[in-house]
Amino acid sequence: MSSRCPSRPVRGGTSLARGLIAALVACVASIADPAYGDARQLRVCADPDNLPYSSREESGYENRIARLLAQELHADLQYAWLPLQRGFVRKTLGAGLCDVVLGVPHEFGALLTTQPYYRSAYMFVSRAASGVPTSFDAPAMRELRIGIPLIGDEGAASPPAHALSYLRISRNVSGYPLYGDTPQAERLIHALASGDLDVAIVWGPQAVYYARKQDVALAMSEAVAPRGLEGVPFEFSISMGVRKDNPGLRNELDAIITRRHADIDAILASFGIPQVGRIDQPENAQ
Amino acid sequence: MISRYDMHLIAAIGLLLLGTILVPIVAAAQTAKPSDWPMAAKDYANSRFSDAAQINAGNVKTLRLAFTFSTGVLRGHEAAPIVADGTMFIVTPYPNVVYALDLGREGAPAKWKFEPKPLAAAQGVACCDFVNRGAVYADGRIYFNTLDNQTIALDAKTGKELWRAQLGDIKRGETMTMAPLVVGNKVFVGNSGGEFGVRGWLTALDATNGKIAWRAFSTGPDSDVLIDGDFKPFYQQDRGKDLGVSTWPPEAWKIGGGTVWGFLSYDPQSNLIFYGTANPGPWNPSQRPGDNKWTSGVFARDADSGKARWFYQMTPHDLHDYDATNENVLIDVTIGGRKRQALVHPDRNGYVYLLDRMTGEVLSAQAFGYITSSKGVDIASGRLQTAPDKEPQVGKVVRDICPAAPGAKDWQPSAYSPRTRWLYIPHQNLCQEAFATQTSYISGTPYVGVDLKMTAGPGGNRGEFTAWDPEAGRKVWSIKEDLPVWSGALATAGDLVFYGTMDGWFKAVDAKTGSPLWQFKTGSGIVGQPISYTGPDGKQYVAVLSGIGGWAGGIVAGDLDPRDSSAGTGWANAIADLRQRTSKGGMLYVFALP
Repeated sequence: MSSRCPSRPVRGGTSLARGLIAALVACVASIADPAYGDARQLRVCADPDNLPYSSREESGYENRIARLLAQELHADLQYAWLPLQRGFVRKTLGAGLCDVVLGVPHEFGALLTTQPYYRSAYMFVSRAASGVPTSFDAPAMRELRIGIPLIGDEGAASPPAHALSYLRISRNVSGYPLYGDTPQAERLIHALASGDLDVAIVWGPQAVYYARKQDVALAMSEAVAPRGLEGVPFEFSISMGVRKDNPGLRNELDAIITRRHADIDAILASFGIPQVGRIDQPENAQ
Repeated sequence: MISRYDMHLIAAIGLLLLGTILVPIVAAAQTAKPSDWPMAAKDYANSRFSDAAQINAGNVKTLRLAFTFSTGVLRGHEAAPIVADGTMFIVTPYPNVVYALDLGREGAPAKWKFEPKPLAAAQGVACCDFVNRGAVYADGRIYFNTLDNQTIALDAKTGKELWRAQLGDIKRGETMTMAPLVVGNKVFVGNSGGEFGVRGWLTALDATNGKIAWRAFSTGPDSDVLIDGDFKPFYQQDRGKDLGVSTWPPEAWKIGGGTVWGFLSYDPQSNLIFYGTANPGPWNPSQRPGDNKWTSGVFARDADSGKARWFYQMTPHDLHDYDATNENVLIDVTIGGRKRQALVHPDRNGYVYLLDRMTGEVLSAQAFGYITSSKGVDIASGRLQTAPDKEPQVGKVVRDICPAAPGAKDWQPSAYSPRTRWLYIPHQNLCQEAFATQTSYISGTPYVGVDLKMTAGPGGNRGEFTAWDPEAGRKVWSIKEDLPVWSGALATAGDLVFYGTMDGWFKAVDAKTGSPLWQFKTGSGIVGQPISYTGPDGKQYVAVLSGIGGWAGGIVAGDLDPRDSSAGTGWANAIADLRQRTSKGGMLYVFALP
């Protein structure tokens, strides 16, 4: 075997990352040559700008886990970048651009999914000074200014939208559309920090990531389905996804998740990802 | 009532000639000849009626291909070809290329091509394929919209760009797909994207430079909706201050939908412009208690000032994605012995509404499709009588919701013949169930989706083509089609009606009886708008774009997985067989007698 592509560091400054992207481009070019076909590739599709999950600079936790997978598979890690929007699976795995996507709900029917590698939950997030709600059924939930993510597909809704509409709580609720000048979760947490909201209900990994960026101390607690709506999940197990005709790769990834569970956990912990069952204290973001 | 309409037009131009600076432009805008097809709907009344009669029931069986033109685009071709000044103008789906074809030369070779180069990211935002519903010709210019929210004016002779106006932002989920309308010195355009929390608007642009003259939002305070003392809605529930705010939870109107992506019509006599607004969004319905004004209804506005004259809401507090964006065809009728200036509107909710276009009064509202989601329209109050058992509920399966989300009829425009005095409605016959939640994710956020599954309605046919008598409020004849009829309709003075099917058949039927008279198999499914014109050689032609796609045809154009029954918001289940029956590819077909 001739040359192998350079492996990427865990973290890189912008200039370093740019250099590596150049190297990666060269690397992809060499791999495209059949003469080098014996180098195994792990082709990952990811959003180039969707932290804390992934970024083109490979600074997200999914980027770090992907590197770990590539090491285990003795494969060169390659990315195909595409915004995680409508049609993502079809345009990526479906179009043959890659073999695996990370961060997929375990129950996601369009793909063959691995065993979960973490489980998180929607969180109530408030300013630490004012205290965080612990239940949708709390009387205060009818008074506090609440912000929730809107999904936008016809009929689709985020779990907090289902819960609040089930409880007929609407007049004090603001919805944040999926599309905007900045990411939806960032807009929600920013509105909370700046006092436009009293409670934001946000998916855990994003809640922590953006809460840590605020100047104001924020607190959070796990959001649990209200009484009578137990069928609507607020916790989701997160897996990796491969094409349905690729159980071999799924099995390999399953084995890595088992073998390197502690290392994956350490990566998640370094990003403060709230894992369900371990969040027993409201987290104070600094 | 086309002849009467023309007289009104002449009268209006005459009045304008007496004293306003708009005169030359209004007069020049009418340089398109009656034998041309200058706008998607043919005329301001939205008749889609050609007064050419060379092709008729006796000779249509000899109709044959005159020429074709490949657009090089594979998405859903919903546009109407535009004909004026001896030239045919075609705007394609994204990337919204415009072609001018020289009708004065054999084979109609291209005169020019214009590539607006819209942002590629717009494709990730568009809800329902990357369609465009056509350009408009006026005063020697072509105006059209791009998927990334630009309106562009071109010199029709050369294809040279005159101006472009950036009117919306794809980062907010906004797109533009509709065909503009030109009245006098104004170009009217509207936006799409209600499913993402886009706030709907109609915007009037100065035709000379693309500057915004006014913008009328579909939600929010009266000042944003351009409602003032001139606003005289017919029904009590539409009267009051700032209903575009008070019929929503606080703030929800800011992301309330009510986009404006359908066809516009215009009455020169009253100087009113008419259009429908889309459904409210993007919440599930119980999170937006109230009538959610001014969504899912029809506005009449003064064309100069934009001020609202009246509004009528077909579907208050919509539960099922019933936009009211369908066309408003302006006709004059006699109801109960009294002549009324009316508009006829076949709505997604399954009723054909006949409204007094001066007041917004409902003259009749009769079902043209199979309906379980409502029990009728109360004429006294104007209110739709909804069926509570069909309200979607979290975690509960609701079966047999008819019509399904695309309605008894979606965007596909009907045609009106002043000879038969009937409306020809292309439509679908679909019901849906909203069942078990399914887990999905977007931008890293997991959520719970409602799985919609559409199936054929009673009879098993998924489509239908119906001739409707608006004065009597009843069906005259109909043709059952296996697939939804997603193309527009064309009526001609030869007493023929044309439409296309999603598996590619272009058909002519007898306007009086519905008897099939002629058909031609095109290369791809037809979801476009057929037109007819008289060429420079004096011959009548019939033209249509073939090219499957759109919301219904996305299973082919977008390569959706038919095993995923909810793909394309339920369409994949309804028409899983479409992939075996057609394939993608945009092509213009033009027919003439030998």
